[in-house]
Amino acid sequence: MIGTTHDKDVHLAHFAALEAGLDGRKAPWVHALRRGAIARFAELGFPTFEDEEWRHTNVAPIAKTAYRLAPADACAALTPATLEALGIDDLAPNRIVFANGRHAPNLSALGALPAGVRVGSLAAALETDRARIEPHLARHARIEANAFVALNTAFLADGAFVEVPKGVVVLEPIHVVFVAAPSTTRGGAGAPTVSHPRTLVLAGAGSQVTLIETYVTLGESAHFTNAVTEIVADANAVVDHYRLQRESIEASHVSTTQVRLDRACALSSLSISLGGALVRNDANAVLGAEGGEATLNGLYLGTGSQLVDNHTTIDHAMPHCASHELYKGILTGAARGVFNGKILVRKDAQKTDAKQTNKNLLLSPDATINTKPQLEIYADDVKCTHGATIGRLDEDALFYLRSRGIGAERARSLLTYAFASDILRRIKVAALRSRLEEQIFEQLHTANPVKDST
Amino acid sequence: MALLEVKNLHARAAGNEILRGVSLTVNAGEVHAIMGPNGSGKSTLAQVLAGRDSYEVTEGEVLYDGKDLLEMAPEDRAREGIFMAFQYPVEIPGVSTAYFLKAAVNAIRKHRGLEPLDAVDFLKIVKQKLKLVAMEEALLNRPINEGFSGGEKKRNEIFQMAVIDPRLAILDETDSGLDIDALRIVANGVNTLRKPDRAVVVVTHYQRLLNYIVPDFVHVLLDGRIVRSGDKGLALELEEKGYVWLEGEVASA
Repeated sequence: MIGTTHDKDVHLAHFAALEAGLDGRKAPWVHALRRGAIARFAELGFPTFEDEEWRHTNVAPIAKTAYRLAPADACAALTPATLEALGIDDLAPNRIVFANGRHAPNLSALGALPAGVRVGSLAAALETDRARIEPHLARHARIEANAFVALNTAFLADGAFVEVPKGVVVLEPIHVVFVAAPSTTRGGAGAPTVSHPRTLVLAGAGSQVTLIETYVTLGESAHFTNAVTEIVADANAVVDHYRLQRESIEASHVSTTQVRLDRACALSSLSISLGGALVRNDANAVLGAEGGEATLNGLYLGTGSQLVDNHTTIDHAMPHCASHELYKGILTGAARGVFNGKILVRKDAQKTDAKQTNKNLLLSPDATINTKPQLEIYADDVKCTHGATIGRLDEDALFYLRSRGIGAERARSLLTYAFASDILRRIKVAALRSRLEEQIFEQLHTANPVKDST
Repeated sequence: MALLEVKNLHARAAGNEILRGVSLTVNAGEVHAIMGPNGSGKSTLAQVLAGRDSYEVTEGEVLYDGKDLLEMAPEDRAREGIFMAFQYPVEIPGVSTAYFLKAAVNAIRKHRGLEPLDAVDFLKIVKQKLKLVAMEEALLNRPINEGFSGGEKKRNEIFQMAVIDPRLAILDETDSGLDIDALRIVANGVNTLRKPDRAVVVVTHYQRLLNYIVPDFVHVLLDGRIVRSGDKGLALELEEKGYVWLEGEVASA
């Protein structure tokens, strides 16, 4: 049994300190949100195995750690060379960078954005744009059921704010980079840090925008990233969202991506999870008006003793909406994967067309996957399909490649990569796709040590 | 020295003995046809020569260019010059034909101490060989065999063979499932590749293919053994009398 009551205390103490440090003048409405959230976190505590949503993912390593709050001034330690070394400097012409969740203007660079488009610090926007933000912030990713969302919201201070006005098309992708910089902190060296990155995206009616969210670690140390992203797409908006997690192999990473689609929106969110020791991603889409089309795709790689858990929920609340979902996992070593795909079709959501697929490749005898579709259908005129596969590399295909002179290890890497490429080819941002192709090819080679390079 | 020497080869799969003492000598420049009814073991022989590990060799030996073939991994056999055209070519989504073939060619070149081909030289060779089997250049960007018709798959095998340029080509029922036009294209492709330092082993059920690829020797495989060898006339005799003819003789012998 996990002693959750005790484990919360660290975070409650941080909150008390944070509250004491506030001067009371700044955006009191935000602080009301925070107070509600910390109270909810205190009630919920960290989830345990008894919680159905967390049955396969033990968060005790997070709950048991006495994290320090990651310092807010870490951006001074980052330089453009840091971004280059992390391979994230050239993925998109518009870049906004956060160090431990705080805006780093020195590393951010925006191209020529259309008039009215805002890409900036959430902290600044909280002061100046309450009317725009208050109806959305923490209204979609709800604190009620998820302790991690509550915890993130309790520490809400900064993050990314992106707003695309009605009818505006942003051609170039906007790259939001969250760098965890645990090792640059002063004092208390060695104690792991926690940060709570936050993103709010408002896509106006008929707008189009492409967003890339990247999570990386400076260095190899342990830390905890607890991220929440809310994306709100108004009628007829087209939003392409990519989420790339390649933090330190020692990191714990918990995230919620909550998207809401209005009438006739097309929103796709593609998640790539490469790093982290303990990773849990919740991706939730609400189809809140007729004619919406939501796509949730994902690729997760696990090696060593990594645990990668992806939970998705697609809420078909209204009729005539479609959802497509393809998640693929490659697990080797003693890695563990979890996929839980919930599709909720509410009573009014007639003519729903939902398709979910989860495919897993297990490359070693010790790798495991728990995959579960979870369909809750209350309407009677709907089309819902789901399928899950767990497999190993195809022996016939391996022999075919080898019979042409390709070495056994290379053949394995090729087939593994081919499995992943099904997701990678869906990435429309060419720079991101080719960078990921390189990184994933590299990672698969490392996971399957190449004895024969031919 | 013979290019391929199979001596008293016995092999089994899933506990069943399929090859029961096959002996065969193939010299460079020769074309051998191995004929036999379904279940006679002819595809097993092809697969054992290519290195398929689902078959277990229980007795006998195979020398390729004087070396112990059975000791070699499939990729090493390919690098030493053995190519098998598959009876059922495998579909591999996500790997383009061009990428695959270039990797194969360069692995073989490396084994022979040659520099890897660059993209330009590779493309030059590949385009030339595509013509041989009347295939479009678009093939190169398609994933290996994905969504191909049976005929396209077989032509793709011959195309790969032409690019890889083997010393010993084994065609495992390349004629099965081909219409007459595809059969001509495939046979023409193979005939173009006939040369004094290359040998071809054609495994087939029917005599039909041998009208186009005329063999120097014909062997009849029955129940895991070669029961009769001859010249191309043997294939015609078989066509006329059927395998029953030899089955009867073997039984009464």
